[in-house]
Amino acid sequence: MSEAGLTGDALVEVRNLKVHFPITAGILRRTVGEVRAVDDVSFDISSGETLGLVGESGCGKTTAGRAILRLAEITSGSIRIMGTDIVKADARSVRELRPLMQMIFQDPQASLNPRMTVADIIGEPLREHEASTLRRRQDRVDELMESVGLNRDHASRYPHEFSGGQRQRIGIARALALNPRLIVCDEPIAALDVSIQAQVVNLLEELQDRFELTYLFISHDLGMVRHIADRVAVMYLGTIVELAPRSDLYADPKHPYTEALLSAVPEPNPATERERQRIILEGDVPSPANAPSGCVFCTRCPKAIDLCRRERPEFTKIGPSRFVACHLAGTDQPGPQANLRPVPSN
Amino acid sequence: MRQFKGKAVQLPVSDPTLLEVTELETVFSTRDAQIFAVNSVSFDLKAGEVLGVVGESGSGKSVTMMSLLGLLPSPPARIRNGSVMFSGRELLNMKDAELRKIRGGRIGFIFQDPMTSLNPVFTVGFQLMEPLRRHLGMSRGAARKRAAELLDLVGIPDPAQRLREYPHQFSGGMRQRAMIAIALACEPKLLIADEPTTALDVTIQAQILELVRGLRQKLGMAIIWITHDLGVIAGIADRVMVMYGGQIVESAPVDELFGNPRHPYTKALLATVPSIRGDRADKLSSIEGITPTLTRRPAACAFKPRCRFAFDRCGIELPRRTGLGSGHDVACFLQDGQGATSNV
Repeated sequence: MSEAGLTGDALVEVRNLKVHFPITAGILRRTVGEVRAVDDVSFDISSGETLGLVGESGCGKTTAGRAILRLAEITSGSIRIMGTDIVKADARSVRELRPLMQMIFQDPQASLNPRMTVADIIGEPLREHEASTLRRRQDRVDELMESVGLNRDHASRYPHEFSGGQRQRIGIARALALNPRLIVCDEPIAALDVSIQAQVVNLLEELQDRFELTYLFISHDLGMVRHIADRVAVMYLGTIVELAPRSDLYADPKHPYTEALLSAVPEPNPATERERQRIILEGDVPSPANAPSGCVFCTRCPKAIDLCRRERPEFTKIGPSRFVACHLAGTDQPGPQANLRPVPSN
Repeated sequence: MRQFKGKAVQLPVSDPTLLEVTELETVFSTRDAQIFAVNSVSFDLKAGEVLGVVGESGSGKSVTMMSLLGLLPSPPARIRNGSVMFSGRELLNMKDAELRKIRGGRIGFIFQDPMTSLNPVFTVGFQLMEPLRRHLGMSRGAARKRAAELLDLVGIPDPAQRLREYPHQFSGGMRQRAMIAIALACEPKLLIADEPTTALDVTIQAQILELVRGLRQKLGMAIIWITHDLGVIAGIADRVMVMYGGQIVESAPVDELFGNPRHPYTKALLATVPSIRGDRADKLSSIEGITPTLTRRPAACAFKPRCRFAFDRCGIELPRRTGLGSGHDVACFLQDGQGATSNV
C-alpha cells in the first residue's frame, strides 16, 4: 500500500496481514494445505471514524476483525494499535491493551452466558480488568445500562428474559464497560428484525459521538454500511479489493466486484427493479483453500483479461484515499454500462 | 446463467382464482400459554400471480403457509377456524394421504435453509427423483432423465454427474437451486417459497431471483414469496401482503404498496431500510418498541404500542381490513374515514 491514508493519527494500522489456517489430514495431522482466510490485507482506521468492512460469507471479514483484536492466530504482517505492534507484543502488553479494544458479536443469544445475570455479564470485564469495589461496579453497571437504553431495574434478570434487540444492547454495554477506543462490530444487526436494526444502529452512532469511539463495522448489509461507515473496504476471498470513502464507493465503484455487489442489492422500488440492468455474477466464490492464481476475482469477473489470470493486481492508490486492486482500474476500460447485462452462458 | 427464451405468459384479465384462504386462525397451545399465531387471515391468489408476503419474525407469515399445507404438528398447533380452497377443493379437512398427493405435486415449496431441507444421506438425484416417481409414477430411468433436465433448467452445470452427488458437495447457492428443482419437479400450479434467499449471499441471491423470474415466465406458475426483505419483494411480486402480529395489515398491488403505503407499519418499515442509492439520512428512522407477543387473542390493533399515530380507538377495537379501491386494503382506523384524520 502506498503512503497515503497513513495520516499519522491512525488508531489502527494493519499492514500485509495474513491469517492462514492449516488443513490437516490423517492421524498424524499432517498439514496438507492451507485456507488463506486473510491474505495480504492493509488498511488504517483513524481515530473516531467508522470503517465498514463488507463482503460475502467466507471472504475473511470476520477473521480480519478478530485478528485485529488478536483473537485469531496471525500468520504474518503487522497490526499497530496506538503505536504498539500487537503481533510482536507479548501476552502481557496485549492484555494491557485489551480494555481499549472490544468486540460486539453477531448473535446476542450465543454471545451472552445464559446462566449469568445482566449485571454479571456487564460487570465481568470490570471484575477482570479493574480493581474496584462491588459498590462502584454496581454503579458502573447501572450507568452502562442506562447509556444503552436498558432499564436498570432489570439488572438481575437473565438474557433469555430479553428480546433480541435488548440482548444486543446488553452486548454493547459489556463492550463499553472498560471505556474502549476501538470496537469491532461483527455483523451486530444481522440477527435482528428489520424494525429493530435501525434502533441498534442509531444507538451505536449515538454512543460513538458520546464516547469518541472508533468502529470497525463488519457487515454484509451494504445499505446499512452506507449509512454508518465513513470509509468502506470491500473484501473478496481474503483480500481487500477496494477501499474508498463511502460516497465515492457507492457512487462510483472502481472494482468490478464492488460494482457487481452493489448491482445485486435489490431496491425497495418496484419501478427501478423492473428497469434495472443487473450484473449477475457467474458461479460461486472459489474456496479460500484453493484460490485462483492471479487476481482472486478473475474466475467470476465479467471484464477479466489474460493478465488478470496471470498476475495478482497490486492494491494501489488511484485517488484521494481511494485504493483498488484491479489491473483495469485507471486504464481506459469499457465503461460499466457496456457490461451491465446479465451474462448469458450458453 | 441460463437465459430463458419464450414469451411472458400473458394471462387473461379474469384469471381463475387458484387459492382462496378465508378467516384462517392457527393457535399453538403449550402447558403455560396459548400463542395466537395466525388471526383471521384471508387472501386469494390468481393463477400465475406472484404474491409477496412481508413481515418480521413472529408476524405469522410462515405459520400461515405451513397451516394451509397441513405441515404443522398437532399438538401443539391447532387450526381453529378457516377455509383453504385450492383449485376448488378444501385443503383443511382433507385426509393426510390425499394432502400428500397435493404437496410436492401441485403445490411445490422451498424453505429458507437448503442445508436442513435436503436429506444429507441421500444423493441429490434420489431426492429429485422421489417426487417424480411418487406423484407422476415415472419409471426409474424416465425419472433420472427428467431429474437431469430439471437440474439443467435451474442452471446447474453437468447435471448427470451432479445427480450422483450428496447435498454437502453442493455450495449454498447450488443447494437452493437443487431445492427449486425438487419443488418444480411435478410442474406445480403453486410454488410457496419461504425466505428462499435469506441464507444466501447477495450475489447468489441475485442469481436465484433471476432464475425464478425466468422460470415464472416459462412455466406460468403462481408463487407465494415470503420474505422480510422489501427489496426482494419489489423485484418479484405482483401483489404484496404485509403481516404484523399474525394479521394482514395491508395488501396492495406492488406499485401501489411501495408508492402509496397507507398503514403506519408499512410506512415505517419502508422508511427504516437504508438504501444504497439516493439520499442518505443522518439518522435512521426507527420503529421503537418490540414486536408483540401473541399470548392473547387480538382485541385491538397489534401495532398500537409502537404506532406514532395511535389514538383511543386503536386500543379498544380491532381494525378490519377496509378497501381503498384498486385492490388496495388496509386495517387501520386512520384510513376508514372514522379515524382522526385520513392523512397519516
